[in-house]
Amino acid sequence: MDTNRNPSVNNVFAIAGIVIKEMYRRKDFYVLLTLVVALTLVLGSVSFFNDQHIVRYVKDACLLMIWLSSLVIAITTTARQIPAERESRTIFPLLAKPVGRGEFVVGKFMGCWLSCGLCLLVFYLFFGLLSASREHTVPVLAYFQGMWLHWMCLGIVVALALLGSVLFTAPSSNATICFIVVLGILFAGGHLNGIAIQMRGWRGALVYAIYYALPHLEWYDVRELIIHNWGLIDWVAWVGATIYAGLYMAFLLACAWLVFRRRTVTL
Amino acid sequence: MNTVVEIHDLRVEYPSREMGQRSKLAVDGLNLKVKAGEVFGFLGPNGAGKTTTMNVLLGFVAATNGSASIFGVDVRQPIARQKIGYLPELTYYYKFLNTEELLRFYARIFHIPRAERDQRINAVLKLVELEGARKRLIKTYSKGMQQRVGLAQALINNPDLLILDEPTSGLDPLGRMKVREIIQRLKEEGKTVFFSSHELGEVETVCDRVAILHEGKLRVEGRVSDLLQQYQCNLEHVFLNIVGYKPQS
Repeated sequence: MDTNRNPSVNNVFAIAGIVIKEMYRRKDFYVLLTLVVALTLVLGSVSFFNDQHIVRYVKDACLLMIWLSSLVIAITTTARQIPAERESRTIFPLLAKPVGRGEFVVGKFMGCWLSCGLCLLVFYLFFGLLSASREHTVPVLAYFQGMWLHWMCLGIVVALALLGSVLFTAPSSNATICFIVVLGILFAGGHLNGIAIQMRGWRGALVYAIYYALPHLEWYDVRELIIHNWGLIDWVAWVGATIYAGLYMAFLLACAWLVFRRRTVTL
Repeated sequence: MNTVVEIHDLRVEYPSREMGQRSKLAVDGLNLKVKAGEVFGFLGPNGAGKTTTMNVLLGFVAATNGSASIFGVDVRQPIARQKIGYLPELTYYYKFLNTEELLRFYARIFHIPRAERDQRINAVLKLVELEGARKRLIKTYSKGMQQRVGLAQALINNPDLLILDEPTSGLDPLGRMKVREIIQRLKEEGKTVFFSSHELGEVETVCDRVAILHEGKLRVEGRVSDLLQQYQCNLEHVFLNIVGYKPQS
Protein backbone atom coordinates (compact mmCIF):
# COMPACT_ATOMS: atom_id res chain seq x y z
CA MET A 1 0.00 0.00 0.00
CA ASP A 2 1.07 3.57 -0.73
CA THR A 3 2.33 5.24 2.39
CA ASN A 4 3.58 8.43 0.79
CA ARG A 5 0.48 10.41 1.62
CA ASN A 6 -2.02 10.55 4.43
CA PRO A 7 -4.95 8.27 3.41
CA SER A 8 -7.57 10.96 4.12
CA VAL A 9 -5.69 13.56 2.06
CA ASN A 10 -5.27 11.00 -0.72
CA ASN A 11 -9.03 10.25 -0.75
CA VAL A 12 -9.98 13.92 -0.66
CA PHE A 13 -7.76 14.75 -3.64
CA ALA A 14 -8.84 11.63 -5.57
CA ILE A 15 -12.50 12.70 -5.25
CA ALA A 16 -11.61 16.33 -6.02
CA GLY A 17 -9.78 15.18 -9.15
CA ILE A 18 -12.96 13.55 -10.47
CA VAL A 19 -14.94 16.77 -9.89
CA ILE A 20 -12.31 18.81 -11.77
CA LYS A 21 -12.31 16.29 -14.63
CA GLU A 22 -16.09 16.56 -14.82
CA MET A 23 -15.84 20.35 -14.91
CA TYR A 24 -13.47 20.53 -17.87
CA ARG A 25 -15.34 17.86 -19.78
CA ARG A 26 -18.68 19.65 -19.47
CA LYS A 27 -19.67 22.59 -21.67
CA ASP A 28 -20.87 24.98 -18.92
CA PHE A 29 -17.60 26.82 -18.37
CA TYR A 30 -16.78 27.16 -22.08
CA VAL A 31 -20.23 28.60 -22.79
CA LEU A 32 -19.91 31.17 -20.01
CA LEU A 33 -16.34 32.08 -21.01
CA THR A 34 -17.42 32.57 -24.63
CA LEU A 35 -20.31 34.77 -23.48
CA VAL A 36 -18.08 36.90 -21.25
CA VAL A 37 -15.44 37.31 -23.99
CA ALA A 38 -17.97 38.06 -26.73
CA LEU A 39 -19.97 40.57 -24.68
CA THR A 40 -16.83 42.31 -23.44
CA LEU A 41 -15.38 42.60 -26.94
CA VAL A 42 -18.66 43.97 -28.28
CA LEU A 43 -18.81 46.53 -25.45
CA GLY A 44 -15.15 47.42 -26.01
CA SER A 45 -15.68 48.07 -29.68
CA VAL A 46 -18.43 50.63 -29.12
CA SER A 47 -17.56 54.27 -28.42
CA PHE A 48 -19.93 56.05 -26.04
CA PHE A 49 -19.93 59.87 -26.31
CA ASN A 50 -16.17 59.85 -27.16
CA ASP A 51 -15.49 59.26 -23.46
CA GLN A 52 -11.74 58.85 -22.81
CA HIS A 53 -12.47 56.73 -19.73
CA ILE A 54 -14.59 54.22 -21.62
CA VAL A 55 -12.15 51.47 -20.65
CA ARG A 56 -13.41 51.72 -17.06
CA TYR A 57 -16.96 50.95 -18.18
CA VAL A 58 -15.71 48.00 -20.17
CA LYS A 59 -13.70 46.74 -17.20
CA ASP A 60 -16.73 47.22 -14.97
CA ALA A 61 -19.00 45.25 -17.31
CA CYS A 62 -16.40 42.52 -17.78
CA LEU A 63 -15.84 42.10 -14.03
CA LEU A 64 -19.59 42.03 -13.39
CA MET A 65 -19.98 39.25 -15.95
CA ILE A 66 -17.03 37.37 -14.43
CA TRP A 67 -18.66 37.62 -11.00
CA LEU A 68 -22.04 36.44 -12.25
CA SER A 69 -20.50 33.60 -14.30
CA SER A 70 -18.37 32.42 -11.40
CA LEU A 71 -21.40 32.36 -9.10
CA VAL A 72 -23.36 30.36 -11.68
CA ILE A 73 -20.48 27.87 -12.06
CA ALA A 74 -19.89 27.58 -8.29
CA ILE A 75 -23.53 27.12 -7.31
CA THR A 76 -24.73 24.88 -10.14
CA THR A 77 -21.65 22.64 -10.07
CA THR A 78 -21.77 22.18 -6.31
CA ALA A 79 -25.53 21.82 -6.00
CA ARG A 80 -25.64 18.87 -8.38
CA GLN A 81 -22.64 16.94 -6.97
CA ILE A 82 -24.21 14.78 -4.25
CA PRO A 83 -27.71 14.45 -5.80
CA ALA A 84 -26.12 13.37 -9.12
CA GLU A 85 -24.00 10.77 -7.30
CA ARG A 86 -27.18 9.36 -5.75
CA GLU A 87 -29.20 9.49 -8.94
CA SER A 88 -26.57 7.68 -11.02
CA ARG A 89 -25.80 5.42 -8.03
CA THR A 90 -22.08 6.14 -8.34
CA ILE A 91 -22.15 6.98 -4.62
CA PHE A 92 -22.58 3.27 -3.78
CA PRO A 93 -19.33 1.86 -5.20
CA LEU A 94 -17.51 4.93 -3.93
CA LEU A 95 -18.72 4.78 -0.32
CA ALA A 96 -18.27 0.99 -0.36
CA LYS A 97 -14.55 1.72 -0.46
CA PRO A 98 -12.50 2.92 2.53
CA VAL A 99 -13.77 6.47 2.15
CA GLY A 100 -15.22 8.27 5.15
CA ARG A 101 -18.27 10.50 4.83
CA GLY A 102 -16.15 13.47 5.89
CA GLU A 103 -13.58 12.72 3.18
CA PHE A 104 -16.38 12.51 0.64
CA VAL A 105 -17.81 15.91 1.65
CA VAL A 106 -14.39 17.60 1.79
CA GLY A 107 -13.36 15.97 -1.52
CA LYS A 108 -16.45 17.32 -3.24
CA PHE A 109 -15.82 20.75 -1.71
CA MET A 110 -12.17 20.80 -2.78
CA GLY A 111 -13.08 19.66 -6.29
CA CYS A 112 -15.70 22.37 -6.74
CA TRP A 113 -13.57 25.07 -5.15
CA LEU A 114 -10.43 24.21 -7.14
CA SER A 115 -12.51 24.05 -10.33
CA CYS A 116 -13.84 27.52 -9.57
CA GLY A 117 -10.25 28.68 -8.99
CA LEU A 118 -9.19 27.35 -12.41
CA CYS A 119 -12.16 29.07 -14.07
CA LEU A 120 -11.29 32.33 -12.28
CA LEU A 121 -7.72 32.06 -13.50
CA VAL A 122 -8.91 31.90 -17.11
CA PHE A 123 -11.44 34.71 -16.59
CA TYR A 124 -8.91 37.02 -14.91
CA LEU A 125 -6.29 36.21 -17.55
CA PHE A 126 -8.71 37.48 -20.17
CA PHE A 127 -9.48 40.50 -17.99
CA GLY A 128 -5.76 41.22 -17.60
CA LEU A 129 -5.22 41.01 -21.37
CA LEU A 130 -8.17 43.32 -21.96
CA SER A 131 -6.90 45.79 -19.40
CA ALA A 132 -3.34 45.66 -20.77
CA SER A 133 -4.51 46.22 -24.34
CA ARG A 134 -6.42 49.37 -23.35
CA GLU A 135 -4.50 50.87 -20.43
CA HIS A 136 -1.04 49.53 -21.39
CA THR A 137 -0.45 48.52 -17.80
CA VAL A 138 -1.26 45.46 -15.69
CA PRO A 139 -1.25 45.94 -11.92
CA VAL A 140 -0.55 42.27 -11.34
CA LEU A 141 -0.58 42.39 -7.52
CA ALA A 142 -3.89 44.27 -7.39
CA TYR A 143 -5.45 41.80 -9.81
CA PHE A 144 -4.04 38.90 -7.79
CA GLN A 145 -5.55 40.31 -4.58
CA GLY A 146 -8.90 40.81 -6.30
CA MET A 147 -8.92 37.32 -7.78
CA TRP A 148 -7.83 35.74 -4.51
CA LEU A 149 -10.62 37.45 -2.55
CA HIS A 150 -13.09 36.49 -5.28
CA TRP A 151 -11.94 32.86 -4.91
CA MET A 152 -12.30 33.03 -1.11
CA CYS A 153 -15.84 34.33 -1.56
CA LEU A 154 -16.58 31.41 -3.92
CA GLY A 155 -15.19 29.04 -1.25
CA ILE A 156 -17.92 30.20 1.13
CA VAL A 157 -20.53 29.94 -1.64
CA VAL A 158 -19.39 26.40 -2.55
CA ALA A 159 -19.50 25.30 1.11
CA LEU A 160 -22.98 26.80 1.44
CA ALA A 161 -24.22 25.02 -1.72
CA LEU A 162 -22.69 21.74 -0.50
CA LEU A 163 -24.54 22.07 2.81
CA GLY A 164 -27.70 22.75 0.79
CA SER A 165 -27.10 19.63 -1.31
CA VAL A 166 -27.19 17.38 1.78
CA LEU A 167 -30.29 19.14 3.09
CA PHE A 168 -32.35 19.37 -0.12
CA THR A 169 -32.87 16.46 -2.47
CA ALA A 170 -33.50 18.50 -5.62
CA PRO A 171 -30.44 20.35 -6.97
CA SER A 172 -32.68 22.99 -8.58
CA SER A 173 -34.27 24.05 -5.28
CA ASN A 174 -30.86 24.10 -3.61
CA ALA A 175 -29.39 26.22 -6.43
CA THR A 176 -32.32 28.68 -6.31
CA ILE A 177 -32.07 29.09 -2.53
CA CYS A 178 -28.29 29.54 -2.77
CA PHE A 179 -28.62 32.21 -5.47
CA ILE A 180 -31.19 34.13 -3.40
CA VAL A 181 -29.09 33.92 -0.23
CA VAL A 182 -25.79 34.83 -1.94
CA LEU A 183 -27.22 37.72 -3.97
CA GLY A 184 -29.13 38.88 -0.87
CA ILE A 185 -25.91 38.96 1.16
CA LEU A 186 -23.97 40.67 -1.65
CA PHE A 187 -26.55 43.42 -2.07
CA ALA A 188 -27.99 43.84 1.43
CA GLY A 189 -25.54 42.17 3.83
CA GLY A 190 -23.53 45.34 4.41
CA HIS A 191 -26.59 47.49 5.13
CA LEU A 192 -28.16 45.33 7.85
CA ASN A 193 -26.38 47.13 10.70
CA GLY A 194 -27.72 50.46 9.42
CA ILE A 195 -31.22 48.99 9.42
CA ALA A 196 -30.71 47.53 12.91
CA ILE A 197 -29.81 50.97 14.34
CA GLN A 198 -33.16 52.33 13.19
CA MET A 199 -35.09 49.48 14.79
CA ARG A 200 -35.80 49.15 18.49
CA GLY A 201 -36.21 46.28 20.92
CA TRP A 202 -35.89 42.65 19.95
CA ARG A 203 -36.31 43.37 16.22
CA GLY A 204 -33.17 45.49 16.19
CA ALA A 205 -31.30 42.84 18.18
CA LEU A 206 -32.45 40.17 15.73
CA VAL A 207 -31.25 42.15 12.69
CA TYR A 208 -27.94 42.76 14.47
CA ALA A 209 -27.61 39.05 15.19
CA ILE A 210 -28.22 38.27 11.50
CA TYR A 211 -25.70 40.94 10.51
CA TYR A 212 -22.99 39.36 12.64
CA ALA A 213 -23.90 35.75 11.78
CA LEU A 214 -23.97 36.17 8.00
CA PRO A 215 -20.77 35.68 6.04
CA HIS A 216 -20.04 39.14 4.61
CA LEU A 217 -19.48 38.20 1.00
CA GLU A 218 -19.66 41.85 -0.03
CA TRP A 219 -16.23 42.40 1.60
CA TYR A 220 -14.73 40.23 -1.13
CA ASP A 221 -16.14 42.27 -3.98
CA VAL A 222 -13.25 44.66 -4.70
CA ARG A 223 -14.19 45.42 -8.30
CA GLU A 224 -14.13 49.20 -7.73
CA LEU A 225 -10.48 49.06 -6.65
CA ILE A 226 -9.54 47.16 -9.79
CA ILE A 227 -11.63 49.25 -12.19
CA HIS A 228 -10.27 52.59 -10.95
CA ASN A 229 -6.73 51.35 -10.24
CA TRP A 230 -6.94 52.54 -6.63
CA GLY A 231 -3.91 50.54 -5.57
CA LEU A 232 -3.36 47.57 -3.31
CA ILE A 233 -5.51 46.47 -0.39
CA ASP A 234 -3.72 46.50 2.96
CA TRP A 235 -2.12 43.05 3.21
CA VAL A 236 -3.21 42.65 6.85
CA ALA A 237 -6.84 43.19 5.82
CA TRP A 238 -6.31 40.77 2.92
CA VAL A 239 -4.98 38.05 5.26
CA GLY A 240 -7.80 38.78 7.72
CA ALA A 241 -10.40 38.35 4.98
CA THR A 242 -8.75 35.06 3.96
CA ILE A 243 -8.90 33.75 7.55
CA TYR A 244 -12.52 34.93 7.92
CA ALA A 245 -13.49 33.05 4.72
CA GLY A 246 -11.55 29.96 5.87
CA LEU A 247 -13.46 29.91 9.16
CA TYR A 248 -16.83 30.15 7.41
CA MET A 249 -15.87 27.41 4.96
CA ALA A 250 -14.81 25.15 7.85
CA PHE A 251 -18.04 25.89 9.75
CA LEU A 252 -20.30 25.20 6.77
CA LEU A 253 -18.38 22.03 5.87
CA ALA A 254 -18.62 20.80 9.46
CA CYS A 255 -22.40 21.34 9.30
CA ALA A 256 -22.59 19.44 5.97
CA TRP A 257 -20.57 16.57 7.46
CA LEU A 258 -22.75 16.43 10.59
CA VAL A 259 -25.87 16.14 8.42
CA PHE A 260 -24.35 13.64 5.98
CA ARG A 261 -22.43 11.54 8.49
CA ARG A 262 -25.36 9.47 9.73
CA ARG A 263 -27.54 9.81 6.66
CA THR A 264 -28.87 6.62 5.11
CA VAL A 265 -27.54 6.27 1.58
CA THR A 266 -30.25 4.50 -0.35
CA LEU A 267 -32.39 5.35 -3.34
CA MET B 1 -11.97 -21.41 8.93
CA ASN B 2 -11.88 -17.74 9.86
CA THR B 3 -15.10 -15.75 10.02
CA VAL B 4 -15.13 -13.02 7.39
CA VAL B 5 -18.60 -11.59 7.90
CA GLU B 6 -20.35 -11.66 11.25
CA ILE B 7 -23.79 -10.26 11.86
CA HIS B 8 -25.18 -10.35 15.36
CA ASP B 9 -28.83 -9.70 16.25
CA LEU B 10 -29.16 -7.11 13.49
CA ARG B 11 -32.27 -4.99 13.43
CA VAL B 12 -32.92 -2.22 10.90
CA GLU B 13 -35.95 0.06 10.96
CA TYR B 14 -36.63 2.75 8.39
CA PRO B 15 -38.54 5.77 9.68
CA SER B 16 -41.79 6.36 7.84
CA ARG B 17 -41.88 9.34 5.49
CA GLU B 18 -45.54 9.94 6.22
CA MET B 19 -46.82 11.52 9.43
CA GLY B 20 -48.46 9.13 11.85
CA GLN B 21 -47.20 6.03 10.02
CA ARG B 22 -45.15 3.45 11.90
CA SER B 23 -41.54 2.85 10.96
CA LYS B 24 -40.86 -0.04 8.58
CA LEU B 25 -38.97 -3.03 9.95
CA ALA B 26 -36.57 -4.18 7.23
CA VAL B 27 -34.38 -6.65 9.15
CA ASP B 28 -35.35 -8.33 12.39
CA GLY B 29 -32.81 -10.05 14.66
CA LEU B 30 -30.53 -11.40 11.94
CA ASN B 31 -27.59 -13.58 12.97
CA LEU B 32 -25.19 -14.74 10.28
CA LYS B 33 -21.61 -15.88 9.81
CA VAL B 34 -19.74 -16.25 6.54
CA LYS B 35 -16.47 -18.16 6.62
CA ALA B 36 -13.35 -17.45 4.59
CA GLY B 37 -13.31 -19.04 1.13
CA GLU B 38 -17.06 -19.62 0.98
CA VAL B 39 -19.41 -18.62 -1.80
CA PHE B 40 -22.45 -17.59 0.20
CA GLY B 41 -25.85 -17.03 -1.42
CA PHE B 42 -28.10 -14.52 0.26
CA LEU B 43 -31.63 -15.20 -0.91
CA GLY B 44 -35.11 -13.92 -0.37
CA PRO B 45 -38.06 -12.42 -2.21
CA ASN B 46 -38.10 -8.68 -2.99
CA GLY B 47 -38.38 -6.66 0.22
CA ALA B 48 -37.01 -9.51 2.37
CA GLY B 49 -34.16 -7.37 3.71
CA LYS B 50 -31.24 -8.62 1.60
CA THR B 51 -30.15 -5.26 0.20
CA THR B 52 -30.69 -3.59 3.58
CA THR B 53 -28.36 -6.14 5.19
CA MET B 54 -25.77 -5.52 2.49
CA ASN B 55 -26.21 -1.78 2.97
CA VAL B 56 -25.43 -2.20 6.67
CA LEU B 57 -22.31 -4.23 5.84
CA LEU B 58 -21.18 -1.48 3.49
CA GLY B 59 -21.91 1.35 5.93
CA PHE B 60 -24.71 2.92 3.84
CA VAL B 61 -27.33 2.30 6.51
CA ALA B 62 -26.89 2.40 10.28
CA ALA B 63 -28.25 -0.55 12.25
CA THR B 64 -31.06 0.26 14.67
CA ASN B 65 -29.81 -2.52 16.90
CA GLY B 66 -27.20 -5.24 16.83
CA SER B 67 -23.81 -5.26 15.18
CA ALA B 68 -21.98 -6.30 12.05
CA SER B 69 -18.31 -6.76 11.34
CA ILE B 70 -16.11 -7.61 8.37
CA PHE B 71 -12.75 -9.26 9.10
CA GLY B 72 -13.46 -8.47 12.76
CA VAL B 73 -13.74 -4.72 12.16
CA ASP B 74 -16.98 -2.88 12.92
CA VAL B 75 -18.64 -1.99 9.61
CA ARG B 76 -19.06 1.62 10.78
CA GLN B 77 -15.29 2.07 10.38
CA PRO B 78 -14.28 2.93 6.79
CA ILE B 79 -11.18 0.73 7.17
CA ALA B 80 -13.50 -2.32 7.34
CA ARG B 81 -13.99 -1.80 3.60
CA GLN B 82 -10.28 -1.92 2.72
CA LYS B 83 -10.31 -5.59 1.74
CA ILE B 84 -13.74 -5.83 0.13
CA GLY B 85 -15.06 -5.40 -3.37
CA TYR B 86 -18.66 -4.42 -3.99
CA LEU B 87 -20.75 -4.71 -7.10
CA PRO B 88 -24.09 -2.93 -6.76
CA GLU B 89 -27.14 -3.89 -8.75
CA LEU B 90 -27.47 -1.83 -11.95
CA THR B 91 -25.01 0.95 -11.39
CA TYR B 92 -24.00 3.59 -13.84
CA TYR B 93 -20.46 4.86 -13.53
CA TYR B 94 -19.13 8.36 -14.20
CA LYS B 95 -20.19 8.97 -17.80
CA PHE B 96 -17.43 11.47 -18.47
CA LEU B 97 -14.68 8.94 -17.65
CA ASN B 98 -13.34 5.99 -19.58
CA THR B 99 -12.83 2.63 -17.86
CA GLU B 100 -9.11 3.11 -17.37
CA GLU B 101 -9.62 6.50 -15.67
CA LEU B 102 -12.37 5.05 -13.49
CA LEU B 103 -10.20 2.15 -12.36
CA ARG B 104 -7.26 4.49 -11.76
CA PHE B 105 -9.51 6.59 -9.50
CA TYR B 106 -10.66 3.60 -7.45
CA ALA B 107 -7.10 2.23 -7.29
CA ARG B 108 -6.01 5.55 -5.84
CA ILE B 109 -8.75 5.33 -3.20
CA PHE B 110 -7.30 1.98 -2.15
CA HIS B 111 -3.82 3.54 -1.96
CA ILE B 112 -2.44 1.07 -4.49
CA PRO B 113 1.06 2.32 -5.34
CA ARG B 114 1.42 3.92 -8.78
CA ALA B 115 3.76 1.18 -9.99
CA GLU B 116 1.20 -1.52 -9.18
CA ARG B 117 -1.83 0.38 -10.47
CA ASP B 118 -1.21 -0.30 -14.15
CA GLN B 119 -0.64 -4.00 -13.48
CA ARG B 120 -3.88 -4.27 -11.49
CA ILE B 121 -5.84 -2.35 -14.11
CA ASN B 122 -4.50 -4.56 -16.91
CA ALA B 123 -5.27 -7.71 -14.92
CA VAL B 124 -8.90 -6.83 -14.10
CA LEU B 125 -9.60 -5.52 -17.60
CA LYS B 126 -8.31 -8.81 -18.99
CA LEU B 127 -10.45 -10.77 -16.52
CA VAL B 128 -13.67 -8.94 -17.50
CA GLU B 129 -12.66 -8.83 -21.20
CA LEU B 130 -12.74 -5.06 -21.58
CA GLU B 131 -9.15 -4.49 -22.69
CA GLY B 132 -10.19 -3.31 -26.13
CA ALA B 133 -12.65 -0.76 -24.76
CA ARG B 134 -10.51 0.69 -21.96
CA LYS B 135 -10.18 4.12 -23.59
CA ARG B 136 -13.86 4.46 -24.53
CA LEU B 137 -16.13 6.66 -22.45
CA ILE B 138 -18.35 4.55 -20.19
CA LYS B 139 -21.47 6.27 -21.48
CA THR B 140 -20.96 4.47 -24.82
CA TYR B 141 -21.03 1.01 -23.19
CA SER B 142 -23.84 -1.55 -23.39
CA LYS B 143 -25.55 -2.75 -20.21
CA GLY B 144 -23.49 -5.93 -20.12
CA MET B 145 -20.26 -3.99 -20.55
CA GLN B 146 -21.27 -1.61 -17.74
CA GLN B 147 -21.85 -4.58 -15.48
CA ARG B 148 -18.35 -5.84 -16.35
CA VAL B 149 -16.95 -2.39 -15.52
CA GLY B 150 -18.70 -2.87 -12.17
CA LEU B 151 -16.95 -6.19 -11.68
CA ALA B 152 -13.61 -4.66 -12.66
CA GLN B 153 -13.95 -1.88 -10.09
CA ALA B 154 -15.01 -4.43 -7.45
CA LEU B 155 -11.83 -6.43 -8.12
CA ILE B 156 -9.34 -3.57 -8.45
CA ASN B 157 -7.99 -3.97 -4.91
CA ASN B 158 -7.72 -7.78 -5.20
CA PRO B 159 -10.32 -8.10 -2.41
CA ASP B 160 -10.58 -10.98 0.02
CA LEU B 161 -14.36 -10.54 0.23
CA LEU B 162 -16.68 -9.74 -2.66
CA ILE B 163 -20.18 -8.48 -2.00
CA LEU B 164 -22.33 -8.77 -5.11
CA ASP B 165 -25.89 -7.48 -5.19
CA GLU B 166 -27.73 -9.36 -7.93
CA PRO B 167 -24.69 -9.45 -10.21
CA THR B 168 -26.49 -11.04 -13.16
CA SER B 169 -29.62 -8.90 -13.00
CA GLY B 170 -30.56 -7.66 -16.46
CA LEU B 171 -27.80 -9.54 -18.26
CA ASP B 172 -28.25 -11.80 -21.27
CA PRO B 173 -27.40 -15.53 -20.92
CA LEU B 174 -23.85 -14.96 -22.21
CA GLY B 175 -23.30 -12.12 -19.72
CA ARG B 176 -24.62 -14.31 -16.90
CA MET B 177 -22.31 -17.12 -17.89
CA LYS B 178 -19.32 -14.79 -17.84
CA VAL B 179 -20.19 -13.46 -14.38
CA ARG B 180 -20.66 -17.02 -13.15
CA GLU B 181 -17.26 -17.99 -14.55
CA ILE B 182 -15.65 -15.05 -12.77
CA ILE B 183 -17.27 -16.06 -9.45
CA GLN B 184 -16.04 -19.63 -9.95
CA ARG B 185 -12.53 -18.38 -10.69
CA LEU B 186 -12.55 -16.21 -7.55
CA LYS B 187 -13.72 -19.18 -5.52
CA GLU B 188 -10.81 -21.21 -6.86
CA GLU B 189 -8.48 -18.40 -5.78
CA GLY B 190 -9.85 -18.75 -2.26
CA LYS B 191 -11.85 -15.52 -2.18
CA THR B 192 -15.01 -15.19 -0.13
CA VAL B 193 -18.07 -14.24 -2.14
CA PHE B 194 -21.28 -12.99 -0.54
CA PHE B 195 -23.99 -12.46 -3.09
CA SER B 196 -27.68 -12.00 -3.48
CA SER B 197 -29.53 -13.31 -6.48
CA HIS B 198 -32.95 -14.31 -7.73
CA GLU B 199 -31.35 -16.79 -10.16
CA LEU B 200 -31.71 -19.85 -7.97
CA GLY B 201 -30.27 -22.27 -10.55
CA GLU B 202 -27.14 -20.16 -10.60
CA VAL B 203 -27.01 -20.07 -6.79
CA GLU B 204 -27.36 -23.84 -6.67
CA THR B 205 -24.43 -24.15 -9.08
CA VAL B 206 -21.93 -21.78 -7.49
CA CYS B 207 -22.79 -21.48 -3.77
CA ASP B 208 -21.44 -23.52 -0.89
CA ARG B 209 -23.98 -22.23 1.60
CA VAL B 210 -27.14 -20.13 1.44
CA ALA B 211 -29.35 -18.14 3.78
CA ILE B 212 -32.97 -17.43 2.97
CA LEU B 213 -34.58 -14.30 4.35
CA HIS B 214 -38.28 -13.58 4.42
CA GLU B 215 -39.97 -10.49 5.85
CA GLY B 216 -36.72 -9.41 7.48
CA LYS B 217 -36.13 -12.70 9.32
CA LEU B 218 -33.69 -15.48 8.65
CA ARG B 219 -35.73 -18.58 7.76
CA VAL B 220 -33.05 -21.04 6.72
CA GLU B 221 -29.28 -21.20 6.65
CA GLY B 222 -27.15 -24.12 5.59
CA ARG B 223 -25.12 -25.93 3.00
CA VAL B 224 -26.81 -26.16 -0.40
CA SER B 225 -26.26 -29.93 -0.58
CA ASP B 226 -27.79 -30.42 2.89
CA LEU B 227 -30.87 -28.36 2.01
CA LEU B 228 -31.42 -30.24 -1.24
CA GLN B 229 -31.16 -33.53 0.63
CA GLN B 230 -33.42 -32.38 3.47
CA TYR B 231 -36.21 -31.10 1.20
CA GLN B 232 -35.70 -33.64 -1.59
CA CYS B 233 -36.13 -31.04 -4.32
CA ASN B 234 -34.17 -28.33 -6.13
CA LEU B 235 -33.28 -24.99 -4.56
CA GLU B 236 -36.15 -23.16 -6.26
CA HIS B 237 -38.68 -25.44 -4.60
CA VAL B 238 -36.87 -25.18 -1.27
CA PHE B 239 -37.07 -21.41 -1.59
CA LEU B 240 -40.78 -21.38 -2.51
CA ASN B 241 -41.53 -23.77 0.31
CA ILE B 242 -39.74 -21.59 2.86
CA VAL B 243 -41.35 -18.32 1.80
CA GLY B 244 -44.76 -20.02 2.00
CA TYR B 245 -45.71 -19.94 -1.67
CA LYS B 246 -48.82 -21.98 -2.48
CA PRO B 247 -49.68 -22.51 -6.15
CA GLN B 248 -53.23 -21.49 -7.14
CA SER B 249 -55.70 -24.08 -8.48
